Amino acid sequence: MWDYTPIVKDHFLNPRNVGDIPDADAVGEVGSLACGDALKLYLKLDENKDKIVDAKFQTFGCASAIASSSALTEMVKGKTLDEALAVSNQDIADFLGGLPEEKMHCSVMGQEALEVAIFKYRGMEIPDHDSEHDHGPAYPDYEGELICKCFGITDAFLKKVIETNGLTTAEQVTNFTKAGGACGGCIPKIKELIAQVLGEVAAKPRVRPEKLSNMKKMQLIQEVLERDIRPLLWADGGDLELIDIDGARVQVAFRKACAGCASSGNTARMVEAKLRDLVAEDIVVEEVSQ
Amino acid sequence: MKEIYLDNNATTKVDEAVFEEMRPYFCELYGNPSSMHFFGGQVQSKVNEARARVAELLGASPDEIIFTACGTESDNSAIRSALEVFPDRRHVITSRVEHPAVLTQCRNLRQKGYRVTEIGVDGAGRLDLEELRSAVDTDTAIVSLMWANNETGVIFPVEEAAAIAQAKGALFHSDAVQAIGKIPINMAASRIDMLSLSGHKLHAPKGIGVLYVRRGTPFRPFLVGGHQEKSRRAGTENAAAIIALGKACQLAGEHMEAENTVVKAMRDRLQDALMAAIPHARINGGGAERLPNTTSIAFEFVEGEAILLLLSEFGICASSGSACTSGSLEPSHVLRAMGVPFTCAHGSIRFSLSRYTTDAEIDTVIREMPPIIDRLRQMSPFGREHIKGAA
Repeated sequence: MWDYTPIVKDHFLNPRNVGDIPDADAVGEVGSLACGDALKLYLKLDENKDKIVDAKFQTFGCASAIASSSALTEMVKGKTLDEALAVSNQDIADFLGGLPEEKMHCSVMGQEALEVAIFKYRGMEIPDHDSEHDHGPAYPDYEGELICKCFGITDAFLKKVIETNGLTTAEQVTNFTKAGGACGGCIPKIKELIAQVLGEVAAKPRVRPEKLSNMKKMQLIQEVLERDIRPLLWADGGDLELIDIDGARVQVAFRKACAGCASSGNTARMVEAKLRDLVAEDIVVEEVSQ
Repeated sequence: MKEIYLDNNATTKVDEAVFEEMRPYFCELYGNPSSMHFFGGQVQSKVNEARARVAELLGASPDEIIFTACGTESDNSAIRSALEVFPDRRHVITSRVEHPAVLTQCRNLRQKGYRVTEIGVDGAGRLDLEELRSAVDTDTAIVSLMWANNETGVIFPVEEAAAIAQAKGALFHSDAVQAIGKIPINMAASRIDMLSLSGHKLHAPKGIGVLYVRRGTPFRPFLVGGHQEKSRRAGTENAAAIIALGKACQLAGEHMEAENTVVKAMRDRLQDALMAAIPHARINGGGAERLPNTTSIAFEFVEGEAILLLLSEFGICASSGSACTSGSLEPSHVLRAMGVPFTCAHGSIRFSLSRYTTDAEIDTVIREMPPIIDRLRQMSPFGREHIKGAA
């Protein structure tokens, strides 16, 4: 049995805002009958056409798909369209007290329906898709190369989900998007996309702050390790653990494929360069074995 | 909440008489059946009695019974044995709707250079015997086909299939885990070489299985070590579970007629009532010969996990072939092999009854199921026009 939180169960057993809005201002439809889940979201705006005054949904899917849809409608009511666009799939999962990772794609589906509805309302060209009969792209606003043919997922959509959720493994990508979850033929391509996104994220320039308190420096070191360094190591099957920070001395231990790797000295220098670049120039990285 | 347990193809309640039979063999009569002393000897004689009881249910002789740890071990052993017996034959045949215990093993063989053919089924889940006939050749080491399907209950013509396999010198194995105890099986009048069964599907505990190997059929053990099971399966006997299985087989024999009359009547009443009350539903494998206790019904435009969780609110335990419950993200391989359209594959629910099922329980399901389907359909963006049209 899935380990659903009491909030998920409540929103599944007593879903809020089920139904349609005949004179809706914005409608977003994602997923398909073939894929096993689909969501149609209806939004009604106030007279200034800015604030969402009502939201309703129709969902075909499992308990967490229904609960995610219900949560989404509750979350967006009263928000302006811009505020609504800032709702992430993680926000939906958080609202529900968390979702099992295998079910994160349900929250992604909710966020997508919202995006499609608003984009379409704002006049963006989004191809219509017949979700009852079509097995085409599940998320019509992300045109691109079709990577997962089983679930109709494009590279543009995968890159967005990988980046916004900080995903690092193909299994996570499957849990969040379903891509690769059927025949598995696209898993090598998904791995390539992860590497691409990690490279792109790491390549984005970030500005080093001017003056740092010790506390702030420690926080920043941890943040850079988590966000910029470990994902790069994961991509090669390695990892590192932060052991201690003493002033500018940062002690790390290499794990998995990095542990005992002949080039771990180079890896340590790479970590040091990154930290010097993004945190402070005087940082020295030491490798310890623990 | 009292459970209404209609998931007996997943596992069954241990019969209390079975539990009583095994109870002394933990704390009191804990001897090793292989020991020379009286204390082990009395366990040995009880294990022998159990072996005879299992053999009787199967119409086999006791020396054809090898106790294993589970149905999966039995299936794996049978296929591996055949490949060792015929090292020059590099072809294996199974079906697209087998249990993973057979299917995964066969697909792994592909990576080791074996040729593997998976025979298809028709829309009702019936085996394509002609495809089998043209697939078997003198390179085929073993044909492994299930006796009855766990999801739909559809029964395969295993005797005919065995004859086709043996005509080219191949061995024939059947995974009969779902069939045994539900329909009569008589190995004395059969030509099947090897057969698997699992205790927990017939009111014995989990962790005990049997591989039947016909006398004279060449066999190579999977587990090697001690001389247990005449050196065909090493490892100290799970004596208490073996004794339990013996009792469970005896009881299964006694209940066989009721299974095919009383239980079957309840199953038929359940599926007839649901089909009458709920539009846009179909019985998976409804056109084929099926086990008396199983029915798998596909409800269009709704998803199985949601149905199961709503049923669970009433204590009703069933299972689904939907993607969300299969562990993968696709609907079950069985329903896909049958070509069940995806409009309803995701909404398939299996009810599997047992001799413990009561008419009152069936009444509850007949009462609660239609509003559950209706409620989910009201929520679904699909099929509203069709369903309104039907109402």
